[in-house]
Amino acid sequence: MFEKTLSELSQALHAKKISSVELTQAYLDRIERLGEQSNSFITVTVEQALVQARAADQRIAAGEAGPLTGIPLAHKDIFCTDGVRTSCASRMLDNFIAPYDATVVERLAAAGMVMLGKTNMDEFAMGSSNETSYYGPVRNPWDPERVPGGSSGGSAAAVAARLTPAATGTDTGGSIRQPAALCGITGLKPTYGRVSRYGMIAFASSLDQAGPMTRSAEDAALLLQAMAGFDPRDSTSIDRPVPDYRASLEHSLAGLKIGLPREYFDQGLDAATAAVIEAALDQYRRLGAETVDISLPNSGLSVPAYYVIAPSECSSNLSRYDGVRFGYRCEAPRDLEDLYKRSRGEGFGAEVKRRIMVGTYALSAGYYDAYYIKAQKIRQLISADFRRAFEQVDVIMGPATPSTAFRLGEKTDDPVSMYLSDIYTIAVNLAGLPGMSIPAGFVDGLPVGLQLIGGYFQEARLLNVAHQYQQVTDWHRRAPGEA
Amino acid sequence: MSLEKDDVEKIAHLARLSIDDADVPGYVENLSNILRLVEQMAGVDTDDVVPMAHPIEASQRLREDEVTEVDQRERFQRLAPAVENGLYLVPKVIE
Repeated sequence: MFEKTLSELSQALHAKKISSVELTQAYLDRIERLGEQSNSFITVTVEQALVQARAADQRIAAGEAGPLTGIPLAHKDIFCTDGVRTSCASRMLDNFIAPYDATVVERLAAAGMVMLGKTNMDEFAMGSSNETSYYGPVRNPWDPERVPGGSSGGSAAAVAARLTPAATGTDTGGSIRQPAALCGITGLKPTYGRVSRYGMIAFASSLDQAGPMTRSAEDAALLLQAMAGFDPRDSTSIDRPVPDYRASLEHSLAGLKIGLPREYFDQGLDAATAAVIEAALDQYRRLGAETVDISLPNSGLSVPAYYVIAPSECSSNLSRYDGVRFGYRCEAPRDLEDLYKRSRGEGFGAEVKRRIMVGTYALSAGYYDAYYIKAQKIRQLISADFRRAFEQVDVIMGPATPSTAFRLGEKTDDPVSMYLSDIYTIAVNLAGLPGMSIPAGFVDGLPVGLQLIGGYFQEARLLNVAHQYQQVTDWHRRAPGEA
Repeated sequence: MSLEKDDVEKIAHLARLSIDDADVPGYVENLSNILRLVEQMAGVDTDDVVPMAHPIEASQRLREDEVTEVDQRERFQRLAPAVENGLYLVPKVIE
């Protein structure tokens, strides 16, 4: 049962071979039995899940069900869930019971999905290894001594360990694609503005975007279908029709032009990972696609530009945590300034404080032009590189990460080396494009992710390209052994 | 760009973050390394480049000026560390 895809589960539910309550209970039992191994959940919502499952069973019995009705999923703990703790993996929000649902949560609940719980993540989505969580690191189901990636590490590990059939994630600089790659699952970051950010706790507002984390491209299509769409409550939501993402999955790839940016295959890429990516590209050539060498000349500047823009936006967004209206408050403040400083100093972890300080510095008087404006200009150059590339090719492919999952603790003392693990994913966020990571093979038993990048609003094309590969390979069906 | 202890203390003050004295040297090192990474941008000629504030060049959407939310003050204030008579409590500001 735990190997079934969303569409297989949907068929089983509609054929009454299994009820949503039985399916939900089976997953809750599995989380109870195996959840601690990966530490992928912060909160498990047992009672609420069973209430939702019973309601789903009634909808199915009444013939009012959609394709996702009755199927369990987990939400990254960055999405507000009405009446359920929404911690963002921070001490600051350890006591925060959200008073409303994020649009993503609301839409998936309206589709009849059953929330199993809230997944672990890097604190405020700031990290690439899930080691900055207040609730402890997540362990990679393929090797518990290694990181799952981040920031959506709990979602990725939970899907990989079959603790949930699907999960939501968010991606500001690679936080869906990098953990999807390191855990061997399928992750899609849609075009900026495609999925509502309402109720998604803000990190860097011009980069944040939510997306599905699943075991296959077909499952991602099903989930994105329910997540995407205009939301008047998000001022950056795009008012544009949502296509039928499953309708084009079976399209042939004959004649597809795949761009291979030479900057993504340089000396920074681990040789064994490169060999796996090359084999995946050969598979695409056998499917009728043509590969074209391209250049994204400014991509080397994406990490520097990102580490001005993201911290600047974060320093502004996180100024709301002041110990006054909600969240953590320090004991016995002497005065108002002491209340602010100690509530924030004690409530935030080290990485969050680092980024707030970098942003505060970059935006401070005398430095604004040299850092923030300069970074926005570089962002324009990076975006122009992609515009030129998509005049020549249909999709861009390369590795999602420079190597497979690294060891816990390996990069925690050196933030810059941690930042460079997102070197192939960050440019996509700066440009606002959709990107995906799909399982493409293994190096020493650890998964490798192939990254697909599309033009604006080309999610259907990416899902088609990923699905066709998954029809002729079985990397996405491999499961880590139970320890 | 290398930061000094004083710089980090000043930035922490601007950001209203208390930092333990013992942690300051670590922040000095980390933040200096991050700024060195960021300074790779300095060598790029961007004189004629328009800054990009937003990935999808869209203008701010406006809506009708009408009430769309209901008053939920009590519900929201239940999340606060200290409230009284509908007001948020903080240490005394004015003597």
